[in-house]
Amino acid sequence: MDIEKKTYERPIIKPLNSGLMNKFGTRTEYAPKTHIDGVKVKDLIAEYGSPLFVMSERQIRENMQSAQRIFETRYPKVQFAWSYKTNYINAVCNVFHQEGSWGEVVSMFEYNKALKNGVPADKILFNGPDKTDDDLRTAVKNDSPIHIDHLDELYRLIEIADDMHKKPRVAIRVNMDTGIYPMWDRFGFNYENGEAWDAINKIMASGKLNLIGLHCHIGTYMLTPSAYGVAATKLSVLALNIKKRYDKIITYIDMGGGFASKNTLKGSYQLGTDAVPDIEEYAEQISSALLNAGFDTDELPYLYLETGRALVDSAGYLLGSVISNKRLSDGRRSTILDFGVNILFTAFWYDHKVSPAQEFSQYTEDTVLYGPLCMNIDVVRENVTLPPLNAGDHVVVHYVGAYNITQSMQFISLRPAVVMIDMKGVPHKIKSSETLEDVERNELLPSHLSTFEL
Amino acid sequence: MKIRKNIAVSDSGFIFNPLTGDSFSVNPIGQSIINSFQERKSDKEILDDILQEYRIDKNTVEKDLNDFIRMLENYKLID
Repeated sequence: MDIEKKTYERPIIKPLNSGLMNKFGTRTEYAPKTHIDGVKVKDLIAEYGSPLFVMSERQIRENMQSAQRIFETRYPKVQFAWSYKTNYINAVCNVFHQEGSWGEVVSMFEYNKALKNGVPADKILFNGPDKTDDDLRTAVKNDSPIHIDHLDELYRLIEIADDMHKKPRVAIRVNMDTGIYPMWDRFGFNYENGEAWDAINKIMASGKLNLIGLHCHIGTYMLTPSAYGVAATKLSVLALNIKKRYDKIITYIDMGGGFASKNTLKGSYQLGTDAVPDIEEYAEQISSALLNAGFDTDELPYLYLETGRALVDSAGYLLGSVISNKRLSDGRRSTILDFGVNILFTAFWYDHKVSPAQEFSQYTEDTVLYGPLCMNIDVVRENVTLPPLNAGDHVVVHYVGAYNITQSMQFISLRPAVVMIDMKGVPHKIKSSETLEDVERNELLPSHLSTFEL
Repeated sequence: MKIRKNIAVSDSGFIFNPLTGDSFSVNPIGQSIINSFQERKSDKEILDDILQEYRIDKNTVEKDLNDFIRMLENYKLID
């Protein structure tokens, strides 16, 4: 009897406003996301719980191989280094390392993680403004390339090198005006005011450091590929001047990261899939600038790339469930999901693509998506046009592979498990969900606070 | 609950209020609820009809039906 009944859809009524702009935008979801790499979303949630992060090994490898092909067909000497801060779950890092990526780290914690994963120390690029004397000593001992961020670090490193009787391999980070806003001038030495050239002169004059590279990282989520051309040209000028003045060949130019993924930035008129440049466009700008800079063919520097977001964002999904639907006081529909900004930090700057995980009809509602936290800031989407969702239904958030797992907070609720689906379509748990014991592991309770009466 | 008598409801789920000039679209279940109101069915009868026709529990229907009625009131489609 039950079989003959129809599938229920909530009754909805929608005012028709012809010719008016609608802040909820037009409908974007036409198909449910029922499977990830051949595995049913429903089965994943049943097995590993909801919410759940899912990484696609296939997508990571495809992204990596495609980026390698794109750069290597344009420039002869290319080396990628996996940006640990983007996603440092070991299983994810190791897929990149298997694909030939070195490691790029910005703290000793990340440095040790890369070492533990088996990355040879001389293939770990050590970036970042916060390197202690101990950190620097470790990197010097291990012969890791150190990317110097400021003068204090430069002077300390000269002293350490002197003390250790070793000549560390270094690069300097250079910031510059590439015509984009905001200009990232807080990291490294400025190009235009001569600070970068001063730092280079100090390094060369000291005789204690082996200057092998030049590094820049001009911004994040860069929508203007030509800025990379400007940056590559400016670094090339520095490299050629170093050759001219000191007869010293710079062996690599590190263009950092900042390539955009296909997410839609908040406030963007177009969807990310339409507005974001393809990796080919960045590659064309960088390789053309380097090839045309005037290097002798046998002195062409290696091109290092620290691309993170553009390689891993599309390989990550966040699965979740609908807790409840509510009508807001102004008549808008709101849906409460079981994941919030504590694990989806990028919801603060992206309008994430959210797909229902089950079949739906062509009818839609303007909806606000809230997370489960008892905090007003917990908004997953301020406005989205979605088919009516019932409590218990599942949703899939796309493009969450970058910066969400590493920036997630244990706040109000525990962090979920992470699963990776391998090349054969088999899911593997790569991180267990957090427990109360995990959270309290480092807490200490003074004895006079151990009991109370109420 | 009574749908205002001059409200036009088409078979395709298009609703027009000639007094205000507002138009709306409803999904099939929404349309059948409006039709039921026009036939002067009670909330209870509508709820039973839905439970008879669809795979769904009573609490969900009751919650969704109340919300739908509030929206009809909000859009001034019922007296």
